[in-house]
Amino acid sequence: MNRDNVIQSDRLTRYFGKRVVVQDLNFSVPRGSIVGLLGLNGAGKSTAIRMMMGFLTPTRGRCEILGRNSQDLRPEDRVRIGYAVEGHFLYPWMKVQDCEAFGRDTFPRWSREQFYATIDRFGIAPSQKVNWLSRGQRAGVSLASTISSDPELLVLDDPALGLDPVSRRALNETLLDFNDSGARTVLISSHMLDDIERICDRIAIMVAGRILVDCKLDDFRSRIAAWSIESSSDPGTYGRIPGLIHSHRRSHSWVVTVANPNDATLSALEQLGAVSCEPVDITFEEAVIAYLARSRRSDTFLSGARAAS
Amino acid sequence: MLTKSDLTTKSKHCTMHRSTVTFGSIMQILITTQSTTPIFRQIVDQLRRQIASGQLAVGDALPSVRQLAKDLVINPNTVAKAYAELQRDGLIESRQGRGVFVAKRRVIFTKTERTRRLDDAIERFAAEALSLDFSNDEILERISSKLEQLTHEPG
Repeated sequence: MNRDNVIQSDRLTRYFGKRVVVQDLNFSVPRGSIVGLLGLNGAGKSTAIRMMMGFLTPTRGRCEILGRNSQDLRPEDRVRIGYAVEGHFLYPWMKVQDCEAFGRDTFPRWSREQFYATIDRFGIAPSQKVNWLSRGQRAGVSLASTISSDPELLVLDDPALGLDPVSRRALNETLLDFNDSGARTVLISSHMLDDIERICDRIAIMVAGRILVDCKLDDFRSRIAAWSIESSSDPGTYGRIPGLIHSHRRSHSWVVTVANPNDATLSALEQLGAVSCEPVDITFEEAVIAYLARSRRSDTFLSGARAAS
Repeated sequence: MLTKSDLTTKSKHCTMHRSTVTFGSIMQILITTQSTTPIFRQIVDQLRRQIASGQLAVGDALPSVRQLAKDLVINPNTVAKAYAELQRDGLIESRQGRGVFVAKRRVIFTKTERTRRLDDAIERFAAEALSLDFSNDEILERISSKLEQLTHEPG
């Protein structure tokens, strides 16, 4: 195991019945980074995270987290990991300040200042009843409770789901502050691509149980290129374009998205014999969606057919 | 890294997420996510422009990497990457223990490199200007008055 990685999985695989949900995952999270795990619902992100956290047994393969096998984490290892799941469970009868007291009694290295600084970002008062908080505020209390235990690694499964803009900003600020220029590590799964673009060093894209992209965010951007091709039929269906991720129709032309374009790509594009073929700039979001949109189709066709058989 | 596959069409609309930060009264940076320009490039471009126009003068202090990242709510490595490029190009300098400052202008590129960069800039400018349906003379007139203004009345 590379000591610079806080999470490292080796061919991590999980079946539910006959259906493979996570397949041969070789994934690592470097210490001090903020890594965004992206993918459609059902791509296997949560299942992968639950295996990494040791809450679910892999069908095969293994994973190490903070240098230990996920399957035999001791309480003293767990205390070094902050884990928050979507939904943000809190005891409804508590006030926010009771959550703080609860955390203080539970965790050995609890920081009261951290807790109050975090809820303040989310605009929450200590005397508020948990039951009456908005979804965004509940996320704030949940996050405050998680990071005030002073973990080295924060694992957040879709924390931004359904958050208002103020809470999203507070979440981003809190994560950047926690990471503090690379002192501590964050793994976050999310659908909020503009937040991911802001705060992450690295991204991983999961499609139908596999990791298709795992690199620095800037490298991802510079390795994906797109062309606008004027053609009567989909240029993705005929000819072979090396590195093709996705092609989709935009008004009267096709936008073809390609990974790691090279001379072979260019000559393949030329050989399409299209009316015109112009390079176009794309956004981070468009590049990610190219991967996800492709998977949606193979998802419904492949897994659907497999499940039916 | 990826496999070939069949295709489908999907489009998605999202709200833009912008943030602007002003430092003192001089430096102002606007970050737009969901832009075709990466965030580090947006910072480089804006600082380059502000230094070129004299809005930021030689010796002006810039916020630290951590401070700017905090204010813009972005990853500090993104700011570090932008500063590294500006430093490599000789536009800013970091002074040990004192912070980052706008550097004295000095020639660090070869003539060929400077010409290449100038041509790049002209290319982009000319395409945009012509698409607005102005005549060559109108464009030239406006560009020379702009140059006049930038070189004679800094700040």
